[in-house]
Amino acid sequence: MKRYTIFVITENFIGILNRITIIFTRRGINIDALTASESRIEGIHRITIEVTASEETVVQLVNQIEKIIDVIKAFYHEDDGVVYQEIALYKIPVSKLDGGLEKIIRQHNAKIIAAEPDFVVLELSGHKEQTQELLEILKGYGLLEFARSGRVAVAKRMHTIDSYVK
Amino acid sequence: MKDLMIRGADIVVKTLIEENAEIIFGYPGGAIMPVYDALYDYHDKIKHVLTRHEQGAIHAAQGYARVSGKVGVCLATSGPGATNLITGLADALIDSTPLVCITGQVAAHLLGTDAFQETDMVGISMPCTKWNIQVRSVEEIAPAIAKAFFIARSGRPGPVLIDITKNAQTDFGEFNYVPCLGFRSYQTKIEINKSDVQKAAEVIDAAERPYVLFGQGVVLGKAEAEFKAFLDKTGIPAASTLLGSGALSQDHPNFVGKLGMHGNYAPNMLTNQCDVLIAVGMRFDDRVTGDVKRYAKQAKIIHLELDPAEISKTVISHYSILGDCKDSLALLTEAVSKNSHPEWLEKFRELEREENAAVVQHDITPTKVGLTMGEVIHQVNQYKADDAVLVTDVGQHQMIAWRYFNYKKSRTQVTSGGLGTMGFALPAALGAQMFDFSRQVVCVVGDGGIQMTIQEFGTIMQTKAPVKVILLNNNYLGMVRQWQQMFFDKRYSFTELDNPDFVKIAEAYGIKSQKISERSDLNEAIEDMLIHDGPYFLEVVVEKEDNVFPMIATGCSVEEVRLS
Repeated sequence: MKRYTIFVITENFIGILNRITIIFTRRGINIDALTASESRIEGIHRITIEVTASEETVVQLVNQIEKIIDVIKAFYHEDDGVVYQEIALYKIPVSKLDGGLEKIIRQHNAKIIAAEPDFVVLELSGHKEQTQELLEILKGYGLLEFARSGRVAVAKRMHTIDSYVK
Repeated sequence: MKDLMIRGADIVVKTLIEENAEIIFGYPGGAIMPVYDALYDYHDKIKHVLTRHEQGAIHAAQGYARVSGKVGVCLATSGPGATNLITGLADALIDSTPLVCITGQVAAHLLGTDAFQETDMVGISMPCTKWNIQVRSVEEIAPAIAKAFFIARSGRPGPVLIDITKNAQTDFGEFNYVPCLGFRSYQTKIEINKSDVQKAAEVIDAAERPYVLFGQGVVLGKAEAEFKAFLDKTGIPAASTLLGSGALSQDHPNFVGKLGMHGNYAPNMLTNQCDVLIAVGMRFDDRVTGDVKRYAKQAKIIHLELDPAEISKTVISHYSILGDCKDSLALLTEAVSKNSHPEWLEKFRELEREENAAVVQHDITPTKVGLTMGEVIHQVNQYKADDAVLVTDVGQHQMIAWRYFNYKKSRTQVTSGGLGTMGFALPAALGAQMFDFSRQVVCVVGDGGIQMTIQEFGTIMQTKAPVKVILLNNNYLGMVRQWQQMFFDKRYSFTELDNPDFVKIAEAYGIKSQKISERSDLNEAIEDMLIHDGPYFLEVVVEKEDNVFPMIATGCSVEEVRLS
């Protein structure tokens, strides 16, 4: 079992995400994280799926995803084949904001992106290990709310989405 | 301008006609009523068969599609009408049957409000369709239907569903039909890789004991002639899957039998003795492979397949040729050297003689008192036409009928293979017959399965489709009972049936009927049935506790195929 990133390049068709996720459901495979957004080509969406599985399983998943009529292309990479980031937001009560916390924010390269009378929101982008480390620390600072995105990723391999979209 | 505008419902019917749909199998209801209203005006251009249940409609469309090679069309209303299609959709998907199913849906403004007969049909049908779409406006209708037909019949065929809201059917729009010829996310034309062909040809030429397995892909690819030419040149023995039956005439000298759990002895045994295994248009179903860890491990496997997801899905192939087997077989035939394998072929014949002595003789010329399913099918062979279609349900009778039916022509095999849908046969036979009244359609069904869709006698009555129905009645859910006998210590848990008087039922539907239980009546009964002009129902009371052999039990290897 390894962590893989699956990229899906697809038409923006209602229900496409459902068609993709039932491929995982049917095989009893959990999706670790998923992000979907329009690609740089209008009308074409890019879905990034993070999954922990054996390579044989991932190959089957990708084959089945690519079989979906509105999917243009699907492929997979191991972690070292992609550059990826996740974004995490942390909501902290203003009362806890002191010199100690400011030092932690600086050490972790986090940013304060919103300051309200009662709370501040910190943002940190990075790999899960990094956002998790900060999370553990901030639990000691009265953390009010925490949210983390799935990974967004680009492949290290040199080719572009245009080669799949004719 | 206004007079160029027609109702969405009329656009539905006109588009179906443009797509060369000749017949629709369906059942009306609230949300599809505008389309039914439109059909009233076009009844001279497109036929409609009113089944007695939506499941009957979709199985009939499947039967029609399988014998005709055309797209089967099915129409149903929203809610329960639509959900009754699900079994047929799942069946058609796993057996690669091209269907376009149109369901009505509540008006767009009511979507998501739990309106009367609203159900999320697009959501429900997603895992059992090749593609589906909800159409909410009149402008979308013609493009959606054109795209649906293209998807259903191209590539690996499959079922497609279009859910059309009622407002789209009643609103007016212009009729602008443009056929769909393809789109960027769906590549249907695969260029055969010549070097793959060359590699495969070298492996085949070097083989001492090559062996061909063929599936429905040969039929779907219309590659029967190319397949035969390949066998003629190479002299390689060939065995068929359940759905591949008919792609090659059983009279062909290289035909060695049928594969799988209840297939023939030699084709299963020798799978583990060949040195090169050439799979053409088949997908290594678990009922074919048995224990996959002990399947053809000694062999180099060459897979000719259209669907890339099937290559190395369950059985890893060493060489593969991706693409339509009509193209790949032609290239491969060109690339291989002329050859013959008389000694290897003789090994198949040797084991065939063993199977004949141990199983076949007892099945087709039995000495026991009760009639066997095998002798009934054997008698059908004596009288049937070469292009007679055999439609079967699921269970013991299905396996026996398949084993003993003498397939001579392509598209004569209609059965529920992948899904194993009991209740499939009667409506599927009706659909097969609706394609061509002049062709013999023999429907073989068990006493369990027939009762799942027995209401379709009504459709047979109304259409006068001259289907010949043979009920092999053993008063048991026979296949389950066989497993209970073999693997559950003869604990016959809920498999015995108290059955109605089937002949009375068929007669109530105005279908000429006969029931026999004596061997001496069999010959004449089959002949009477087959020469009868019109639908016919023949009930044959067979031995209650007969078993189907050979058999590869679950978890066993193909070489552990049992003769008793």
